[in-house]
Amino acid sequence: MAAENARSKSTHSASTRRRFVNWILGTSAGGLVLSVLYPTTRYLIPPEAAESTASTVTLQISPDEIGPNTGQIFRFGSRPGILIRTPDGDLRAYEAMCTHLDCIVQYRDDISRIWCACHNGHYDLNGINIQGPPPRPLQRFTVNVQEDRIVIGRES
Amino acid sequence: MRTWDRMARDASRWLEDRLGLSALGRIAKKKEVPVHRHTIWYYLGGMTLFLFAIQVATGVLLLFYYRPSATEAYESVQFLMTDVQFGWLIRSIHSWASNLMILVLFFHLFSVFLLRAYRPPRDLTWYTGMALFGITLAFGFTGYLLPWNQLAFFATRVGTQIVGVVPWIGEGLLRVARGGDDVSGATLTRFYAIHAAVLPALIVILLGLHVYLVQRHGMSVPPSVEREGGSKRSLPFVPSFLLRDLVGWLAALAIVAALAAYFPAELGEKADPFAPAPAGIKPEWYFMFMFQTLKYLPAHILWIEGEVVGVAAFGIAALLLFLAPVIGRPRRDGRPNRVITWIGVGIIVYMIVLTILGYTASPTA
Repeated sequence: MAAENARSKSTHSASTRRRFVNWILGTSAGGLVLSVLYPTTRYLIPPEAAESTASTVTLQISPDEIGPNTGQIFRFGSRPGILIRTPDGDLRAYEAMCTHLDCIVQYRDDISRIWCACHNGHYDLNGINIQGPPPRPLQRFTVNVQEDRIVIGRES
Repeated sequence: MRTWDRMARDASRWLEDRLGLSALGRIAKKKEVPVHRHTIWYYLGGMTLFLFAIQVATGVLLLFYYRPSATEAYESVQFLMTDVQFGWLIRSIHSWASNLMILVLFFHLFSVFLLRAYRPPRDLTWYTGMALFGITLAFGFTGYLLPWNQLAFFATRVGTQIVGVVPWIGEGLLRVARGGDDVSGATLTRFYAIHAAVLPALIVILLGLHVYLVQRHGMSVPPSVEREGGSKRSLPFVPSFLLRDLVGWLAALAIVAALAAYFPAELGEKADPFAPAPAGIKPEWYFMFMFQTLKYLPAHILWIEGEVVGVAAFGIAALLLFLAPVIGRPRRDGRPNRVITWIGVGIIVYMIVLTILGYTASPTA
């Protein structure tokens, strides 16, 4: 009886020891996996690029060079913008990235609209999405003509 | 002559003692391929594998000249196409074989699907096959950007932006996919690493598992053939089926070589992040149905943006196909379950119709 008790006690403590060792091993293995995964995941997330803080850009073209019913792409920091002269002679500028899936838009003089070739999205001269898949209007920039230079700025 | 024979015998015994390759030979000898009216579909998996081997070989060769940076990638491909001897051939074969591989893979996938070869115990084979299909499309998508031309640039802008429509985590995923906020040189190096290192590693593991499972379970005999009493004849895999495979592979090689010679891969214009997307822009043909769908979707469906609905629908369709072994389980009363087959047929018809529309509808209308 006593021997049986002792045996069961020793089996019991052996199983507790085994559980403890398994727990220690499992936790350290988990810790090891995490200590590899965490830096790898952080490594794959690119660092934040410094956003261009400039709120205005001055274009190297004179307003007279832009005929009515035309448009062209310019750089606004690291992003493209589109400058258009409406058939009425107004100068307007918008962010040139289609609000649908990010393609760069162009001006179509045959229909006097801003157009995205990727999925056939149309915007009117006010940058409003009027046809096709774009869900939102283009973001508008301010356009100031100072003597013979054009200054484009973010709308506040 | 005798000495040569003896030396060869000694060498093969030496290898046998160490590698035990005769076990493989015994397995190969046991492998039989059932012969019935659908046997032709059994060749498609091997055909995909052969075209993949061409991709590995030509891909390695392209690495000798390719330079993965936004300032050099286009020029390095241009140099390869114009100055390097047979550079045009290697790149054209890589491009054509990739297209053919995806085409054959589509046929392989849908023939397995329609012949219900995904039934247990081959369900895991189906899951690994679907994963291989996903990896192959990822190969196509990442490889398309590497020449850094205008078409590729916009295809990548659109393709990665689609990741961005995933709710909550989309923006983070988009930055990880692009290596920044926009498609740039950082995206190119990322895609290069994925195309030339990450995906090859993944595909080797999954392909090994897939081929092992095919070997372990043997070829599936379609239920329609089984109902007629099973296949009456079979063909030994070695050498009979393998030799027939070889004929197909040789034909495929000839087709790829002819296509590469008569229609070499184009390079187009260098990517310019400050130029509008050119009119008539379109993705590779196997993404055409998605592209065309995105054109037709309105800005909003109820209160959700159109493209979100579209992307979600594609995701659900892919998931349904993936789950074919679960959804296609026979009904309790033992009658066959046709639901998943009809879903699959619907998906195939949709893909074909939208692809045709993609090539025929006016891009400006």
